[in-house]
Formats: sequence, C-alpha cells, structure tokens
Amino acid sequence: MSKDIEREQAIAEQAATEPLKDQAGSQLISALQATHADAVSEVIQAFGEITIIVPREHIVELCEYLKTKPEFNFNLLADICGADRGPEEDPRFEVNYHLFSTTKFHRLRLKVVLSEEDARVPTVTGVWRTANWHERETFDMFGVRFDGHPDLRRILLPDDWQGHALRKDFPLRGYEPYSLS
Amino acid sequence: MSVSSTNIPPQFEVVDQPLDTQMTISMGPQHPSTHGVLRLELVLDGEMVVKCTPDIGYLHTGMEKLFEYKKYQQGIVITDRMDYLNPLGNNLCYVMAVEKLLGIEIPERAQVIRVLMCELQRIASHMVWLGTHALDIGAMTVFFYAFREREKILNLIEAASGGRMTPSYFRIGGLMMDLPAGFERRTQQFIDKFPKAVDEFETLLSGNRIFQTRTQGVGIITADDAIDMGVTGPCLRGSGVAIDVRRTNPYTGYETYDFEIPVEQSCDVWARYVVRMRELRESLKIVRQALGRLKPGPVKADAPKVVLPDREAMKTHMDALIHHFLIVAEGFNVPAGEVYHPIEGSKGELGCYVKSDGGPKPARVHFRGPSFVNLAALPHMSEGEMVADVVAIIGSLDIVLGEIDR
Repeated sequence: MSKDIEREQAIAEQAATEPLKDQAGSQLISALQATHADAVSEVIQAFGEITIIVPREHIVELCEYLKTKPEFNFNLLADICGADRGPEEDPRFEVNYHLFSTTKFHRLRLKVVLSEEDARVPTVTGVWRTANWHERETFDMFGVRFDGHPDLRRILLPDDWQGHALRKDFPLRGYEPYSLS
Repeated sequence: MSVSSTNIPPQFEVVDQPLDTQMTISMGPQHPSTHGVLRLELVLDGEMVVKCTPDIGYLHTGMEKLFEYKKYQQGIVITDRMDYLNPLGNNLCYVMAVEKLLGIEIPERAQVIRVLMCELQRIASHMVWLGTHALDIGAMTVFFYAFREREKILNLIEAASGGRMTPSYFRIGGLMMDLPAGFERRTQQFIDKFPKAVDEFETLLSGNRIFQTRTQGVGIITADDAIDMGVTGPCLRGSGVAIDVRRTNPYTGYETYDFEIPVEQSCDVWARYVVRMRELRESLKIVRQALGRLKPGPVKADAPKVVLPDREAMKTHMDALIHHFLIVAEGFNVPAGEVYHPIEGSKGELGCYVKSDGGPKPARVHFRGPSFVNLAALPHMSEGEMVADVVAIIGSLDIVLGEIDR
C-alpha cells in the first residue's frame, strides 16, 4: 500500500521535473558558459542531448569542475569514444566523453576535435580512473595519443599490429593476406 | 630465471627474484573459469595475487568497423553477437539509438513486447551467470538446474524470433513480427513455475556454508571506487549504490512498471550474488505485468520509409512494393547527428553511440560494454586475494568476452 503511494509520488515527481529538466539543463549550461567561457567553445542541443565542444587544453579542467561542482556532480564517466571524420576532413578526429551523474541522473557529452597531425589530448585518468581502458581503446583504434596516460598501449589488437583499425582509410579486411602459417 | 624476448611490452614486467618468491603465470586465454577467452597475467606470491593484468582482445572481431559498411537495419544482426548472452538487450540498445535519431514513435504493443522480451532475456542471462559462477565455486548441480530453466526461456525466444542466441527480434521502428499464437500461454506457464526454481537455487546456495565462506568478504569494491572505475549494474548495486538505467533514464515505458531496484551494502561477491538473485524475482514481476498489458495493436511504427511493409501489402500495393524495395536495396537516410542511448543490460549500463552523417550507413557506432568497464576493476578487486578468490570474483563480475572485445 505504501509502496503504491511511493510509486505514484515518484512518477508525479518525475512528471513534474520533466519540463524542468530541459530548463535546468539549459540553465546549467548557461551557468557553465558564464564561469568557463574559454572551455565551452560550442554547445549543441539535439535529439534530447547536450554536447559541448571543448578545446583540448581545457578538457581536464572542465572535467574536474563538472565532477566536483555539486550542481553538476558528473561522477561517473560512462564512455570515451573516438570517431574519425574521414582523411580529407580537418579536424579529423573527435574524442567524445559521455558523463553521467549518479545523484542528479543527467547526462552530458563533451567533445574534443583534433587534427590529424597533432592528435594528442591530455588524459582524464586523474579525474576518473575508468578513463584508463577507454583511452587505451581510442588510442588502439584511432591513434589518438593521451598525454599523461599511465599505460598507453594497445588493448584489443595485438601489440605488434600496424595501423589503427577504425580509421576510415584502414581497409575493412586489413592488409595482410589470409594465411594459415 | 629471466625470460628475454623482444616482443613482451615493458609493462608486463617479469619479476626476477633470486629466491623465486614470485611467479608470473598466465590464467587463460584457455581456461574453464575465465568465462571466455580472457587472459590474466597474474604475479603470484605463493597463493596470493600481487599483480593482476588483464589481457583482452582474443575475441576482437572488428564489429564496430563492420557497422560502418552496413546499412542501419543490417547492423542489427551484428549486435546479437556482442554480448551473446543478452542479444535482445544489444538489439534494443542499437535499435533505440537509431530510432532516437530518426524520431520515430513506437506503438504501445511493440513497447510492451520489448519490455517482456528484454526481461526474459535478463533472466536467461542471469541463469548463465548463476550456473557458471556456482560451477566455478564447486556447485555442479546448480549449473544443470539453471541451464534447464534457461532452456525454457530460449524456447520462448526461439518461438518469437527464430533464434535462440541470435534472435535479432527488434527492428528499427518496432519488432520483426508479432508474437506467435500460444506465446502468452507458454510464458504464463514459465512464470508460474519459475519462482519455485529460484527458491531451489537459494536452497542450494544461499544457506550453504561453503558458498558463503567463499564469497563473503571476497572481492570488495567500495561505492566510491566503483563509481570512479565506471562500474555499473549489479556490481555497483552490490556496493550500495542504487543506480539502474531503467530508473534514472527510463526507456520503452519502464517508468510505468512497478519493480524494485535491489541493493546490497556489503560490496563483496556475496552482495553481487544476492542482488542478482533478487533481480531474478524483480524481472519476473515485470514480465507478469507486461503480459497483463498486452493488447492487440500494431507492432511496427507508422513510418513507411523506415519500416518494412506487411508482406500482403507489398504483394498487392505499388507504394508498399516501392518502399520495400528502397528500404532493402538502398536503406533509409538517417538525419545527421549523434546519439548515445544507454539501457540497463543484464551486466550494467549498455550504451550505444551512433553517429550519422545523413546517409544510409552509420559513420560510427560504438558500444559501451558494461563487461569491458567492469573487467577493468578486476585488478583492484583481486590484488591481495588468493588465486581461488580470483575465480569467484570473475564469476561475480559476470563478464562476457564478446562484449569486452567486440
């Protein structure tokens, strides 16, 4: 009986905060743009998600801020995901950080865009330890180097693999001919 | 004795001890208790693990690369093969991410069936976890009982979709086809008998002193460490943090179902066992509610450019034929943009990141596999424990190498 009441209250609460969430999200982002104007290079709101493009010098500082400030409290790094826009694009590589807050339940994406000649970004393993393996995978697949990473080496492909497999110019079937020896 | 080889990376240090007090051994990749092709490089001091370094990639098949060469609807079959114990969950995650980009609304009946099938799949996945975890610890009977229950669920999934381990039952815009006749009756039979099966598992394991001694106090990870290391799912709920994507970011109508999120405080292997056993009962509750909500209706969205038309319509109407041809031959264009859609898989937060450049093939698809992240916490949990405890801890993490390596 009390569980039913609790459940109804929870649903009502969620329904009440539903429109507020968008307002709250926009308010938080405006607050962020005010305090960290140089770190927030662009804000994109699409498909119900917020993406902030961050210049790579400011990524660690912004991540620390987002993790520790109580209104944000993005304490869980869900995923770091690389993407290749294609060999003719400049900047070529993107690194996306997906953040989640276990207390506020909101999500955010941070994006760092990198050019091919200088595909380096400071590591965020000092902010969230889970970044370790995600950054290793991004390095393995795209060749993006993470400065300051404690153990930057390939994770999925063998240690002596040549090339970075998820780049658009890496062929689907690889380079080596199929051979049993 | 030191081993010199040009190919060993410097991080895998071979400890050269004059009195040979530490030994470096490889657990895996071929090992009955590592739950797949996982290699652990263990540095042991007697029985105690000094350093544990997972070495993964033995099952890497380049699935994320494959997605970029296939149309969106062709990618659904690839998702089955990632976490092969929870294929419907993978399907759902990918399909919902693409639907988010397309902005399609899914009909009520399709949403209810999605919840029903996902919860059945969660129970089936937990049956594998239970059987293999108990088997590793030494309880062989539980393995057979659990897989017998799993067989019933696999029969149900096969009736609906045609596949046991690779169902690909969901489509972008709804389901592959409606449930077959007799499905609801068979599911009801399963629901009626399953609580007794869970009681049997608990009789065999929960009060068993050997199981308790092997699991209590082993593999501790505190809540703060767990969140810092990105651990999600039953492993996080066993450390006292009540986070479940079905509650925090609900999808497919989960906000309308009545279920609890089991949480335990003791942060050890035992806590994760209790959380998953309670999850079995909660999933059963959801299945019961979903069965009660099934009403006749369409199972595919009203989006003729994305969803295949009915076969009869295709054979008789020209526009349906043209749509069918275009969808199959050329695919449909998905608006440019990117989306990260998380769901609560059986192992934790399963997220799908889809980036579209406006064409019929994705520009990038990435899966955030919960097993990948949970495995990174294994060294933290197992350094200082004994080798036999490493086996218990791997079992409690519930890893699937298909999801880790992709």
